[in-house]
Amino acid sequence: MAVVLTDPFDALFHFQQALDQLRQSDWLDASPSGQGAFPPLNVFRKGDDVVIITEVPGIRKSDLRIEAKGNTIRIAGTKSVANEGKASVHRVERRGGSFDRAINLPIQINADGIKAECRDGILALFVPRAEHDKPRAITIS
Amino acid sequence: MSNEPVEAQQKPLEVQQKKELLAKGEKTVPARYYVPSTDIFETDDALVLVMEVPGVDRKNVEVRLENDELRIEARIDFANYDGMEPLYTEYNVGHFARTFTLPQVIDQSNIGALLNDGVLTLTLKKVQKAQPRKIEIK
Repeated sequence: MAVVLTDPFDALFHFQQALDQLRQSDWLDASPSGQGAFPPLNVFRKGDDVVIITEVPGIRKSDLRIEAKGNTIRIAGTKSVANEGKASVHRVERRGGSFDRAINLPIQINADGIKAECRDGILALFVPRAEHDKPRAITIS
Repeated sequence: MSNEPVEAQQKPLEVQQKKELLAKGEKTVPARYYVPSTDIFETDDALVLVMEVPGVDRKNVEVRLENDELRIEARIDFANYDGMEPLYTEYNVGHFARTFTLPQVIDQSNIGALLNDGVLTLTLKKVQKAQPRKIEIK
């Protein structure tokens, strides 16, 4: 079920429900770092292709390393929570550290065609499905 | 594995579950709000709030100050998700909101805000009279 944004008041609510329903999906089960690793991922289908979105607030582009080989995509990097020059700390909720996550997509991908965008703390990987993996329409003769 | 202390920044990062905002206040729509993870620290002349609001554009951040309440609302642009069908999800998305009661020492007319890579930094300058001074007992 694709997300259709018709009613602006309900749209976000329905989108949130749609995201909740897929929480227990076993889509990435075969991956070396499947569920629960940092960064948390959401995977969407857009047309034939797959879009992987993750929240990486405070991580600079230069601190992210993205690799792809075969059907595996690796997202690694460091998040630094710099707070130098402070006199006293009132509240600490942000965490820094390093991360390295690899996922196997259950589809054949075109690793050379992956585009990565990082804006406002959101990393989006546009992963094109391999041409030979796309479904063919069968004509009934 | 060596036993040397690991640099704080090199520790493996764990997923922090997003915290849902429960006290919605005056919201009339059913959509969920989240509480942004926030660091607050104090320097000699200011109180600094650093909050994570991934996916929020500068124009969608609203910082309001009423009496001593600082209310931050940061809205995501979920139109970016238009036409996308979720296949697998590990986190939910929503707007962010959080309210802090400020101490009296803040100069309410002198608040700076900066948004960079999904991190909002608010610098709240302290008033001059909040500087430590000695009180003489007569």
